[in-house]
Amino acid sequence: MRIPCPCCGWRDRREFTYYGHETFLHRPAPDAGAEAWDDYLHNRENPAGPTRDLWYHDPCGSWVVVARDTVTHAVAGGEGLA
Amino acid sequence: MADPSVTLTVTGGADGLGLPLRHGDCRLTAQPVATASLIAPYPGRVAACSAALAALGLAFPAPGQGLSAQGARIVWAGREQAFLFDAAPPDGLAEHASLTDQADGWARFLLQGTGAEAVLARLVPLDLRAGSFPQGRVVRSLLGHMPLLLIRAASDAFEITTYRSMAGSAVHELGRAMRATAARG
Repeated sequence: MRIPCPCCGWRDRREFTYYGHETFLHRPAPDAGAEAWDDYLHNRENPAGPTRDLWYHDPCGSWVVVARDTVTHAVAGGEGLA
Repeated sequence: MADPSVTLTVTGGADGLGLPLRHGDCRLTAQPVATASLIAPYPGRVAACSAALAALGLAFPAPGQGLSAQGARIVWAGREQAFLFDAAPPDGLAEHASLTDQADGWARFLLQGTGAEAVLARLVPLDLRAGSFPQGRVVRSLLGHMPLLLIRAASDAFEITTYRSMAGSAVHELGRAMRATAARG
């Protein structure tokens, strides 16, 4: 599996650390309520198909949102995070 | 107060590791890191850093880039990070970037020989053939499991920089790969 890094281009998966679904980018407002926060902290989909998740490129220090397919293992692309 | 009875001795990151090593036509030598300043520009200050570095004839490098001028060298070292080697940071740079002296945190080696690409192919998960990794190109990657800053120094030579704390493991891994590559003839 190869993942695109915004600095370094396509790199081997072993250079990356997985951080889970992109849910972490959608932090609820402080007053969003217990249900929203419970969802944010604990509940994740387990999709068979397209998903978007966070990867950290350890060598250069970039965060990447990777669009990939859990069935075909195809990596469609990635966007760097600010 | 300094204790006059204590003498501090400067040691290199590759001291005591049995270098140079030679297997087949490949040679691994120590390349002492005399000065290394990590430059991490504050947000939005890359251009200002380039302006300050112009005093040395340098600029802040793009990803994968290394620049040399007047004996000084600046090398991309990660996202919005670069190493300045062999020169003190120029005046004014500290206003625009966080500067840390990391000279004694890194160990550097030179791997030279026609088999150098084949040796590194065993340890680095990248295509290091000249077509995709030309002379002067800089990458951050892995040497086995160790963090790596790799520069193609010449058509048959690679500059290998890793954490000084891992220098012994790096020499061990490189020596093993050199021996195995040489055994294949």
